[in-house]
Amino acid sequence: MIIGTVDLGRPTRLSAWMDIVQGVTGLFLVVFMWAHMFLVSSILLGKDAMYFVTRLFEGELFFGRAFPQLVSMLAFFILTVLFVHAFLALRRFPTSANQYRSLHRLIQGLKHKDTTLWYAQVLTGFILFFLASVHLYQLISHPGDIGPYATSDRIYSERMWPLYLIMLFVVELHAGAGIYRLVMKWGIFLDSNPKTMRTRLRKIKWLITVFFIVLGLLTLGAYMKIGHAHQDAVSQRYHPAIEQSL
Amino acid sequence: MNTIAAKNLHSLRTLTFNIFRYDPKRPEVKPRMDSYQLEEADAMTLFIALNELRETQDPTLQFDFVCRAGICGSSGMLINGVPKLACRVLTKDLPATISLAPLPGFELIGDLSVNTGKWMRGMSERLETWIHTSEQEPDFHKIEQPMEPELSEKLYELERCVECGVCFSACGTAQMRPNFAGAVGLNQMARFQLDPRDERTDADFYEVIGDENGVFGCMTLLGCDDLCPKELPLAQQIAYMRRKMAKTRKGLF
Repeated sequence: MIIGTVDLGRPTRLSAWMDIVQGVTGLFLVVFMWAHMFLVSSILLGKDAMYFVTRLFEGELFFGRAFPQLVSMLAFFILTVLFVHAFLALRRFPTSANQYRSLHRLIQGLKHKDTTLWYAQVLTGFILFFLASVHLYQLISHPGDIGPYATSDRIYSERMWPLYLIMLFVVELHAGAGIYRLVMKWGIFLDSNPKTMRTRLRKIKWLITVFFIVLGLLTLGAYMKIGHAHQDAVSQRYHPAIEQSL
Repeated sequence: MNTIAAKNLHSLRTLTFNIFRYDPKRPEVKPRMDSYQLEEADAMTLFIALNELRETQDPTLQFDFVCRAGICGSSGMLINGVPKLACRVLTKDLPATISLAPLPGFELIGDLSVNTGKWMRGMSERLETWIHTSEQEPDFHKIEQPMEPELSEKLYELERCVECGVCFSACGTAQMRPNFAGAVGLNQMARFQLDPRDERTDADFYEVIGDENGVFGCMTLLGCDDLCPKELPLAQQIAYMRRKMAKTRKGLF
């Protein structure tokens, strides 16, 4: 294809791959993040429930003893997927003052929900480059520090809560918008009546976003409460009730 | 016939139009917004309002209308920031102050008039939006191959595009990246991909839309689908082509 005086050559398969991989990594990250949210919220069921989830992910159920390295590996894998997704999503970012100006003018004039939502997705994605990286690096470097007390101390005494609080809103907004756009983009599940399905989908998307934000806030509050009560014994780890009674 | 119900006589307003003015042939006169006042009339469309303004207040005002019924697609403009066909917009659906600007993304002829035709022709030549057949000399006396009624209805539906340019002006991707083929181009590709008379394979379509200036450039902002004056299923057609193109040509490069 010739644009101006430069022959860009024929389109290659790479364009398709980039679009597919961006979608697949995005879908994976959303599903992972939602599942992660449920697991983290196990603290709402009590310290023992959260302790059990931690041990499960450290492989104790399968190997007889805990391997926190498994958490490191999982976090490293997620960071890699995030890296690929962010790299591919960068293609979509405005890259010049001119592009920002055109986009801002369009958004202001059009007042079109999905266009505005797309811009919110770009901005939240940009913020996540940093927030998610910090979060994941912390897990890679300190995989053993997850547990009812360890996590609460990290959140409260080590002051990670502002990061998690901001990230909760940013990630839920980004994920909800992303999954909605992914469905619209590939036109799946829409064939019979796309207009109605789209309206319904948008409602479901907001409901899910609000649900996870509420769940996240409750969870964060629970850890803060435990962290506050436990602030004088930060290095102490949790031992479940069943172990204490033995 | 438009008749004014007596009870509505008093609800007609004085409208203020803020209209973008610039003549590229007179670059020494800077672009500006001119203000006009006009008494609203019953069932007044922007077509009627603009013509009245030109007849009674400013004969230099440039804008395009041909069919004044949403068929020719020449009256596309930004109405309070939103691209629409002005002939199909009633003033009663707008606030008393109305700003009008030319469609962005197209060459400006003057004031509200843009050269969508030039862009559409470029797009059409680039994407080759016509039936490709190996027949050298089509025999027009031969009876055509029959087509399933459902398919022919579907093609007819997609053919309803009037190339007004509203989708392109409502598209964030197109506004940032002017080489993007736009919903108008991708919809036409879908139309020819569906047409059994077009002998092009999906690999051939990939050659023209299989990159970021084509279907993989679309970021699904959905402005096209929501604002198309002909209510064409543009998002669906783009998704259809995206799926087709994603399946085409195995191997990475």
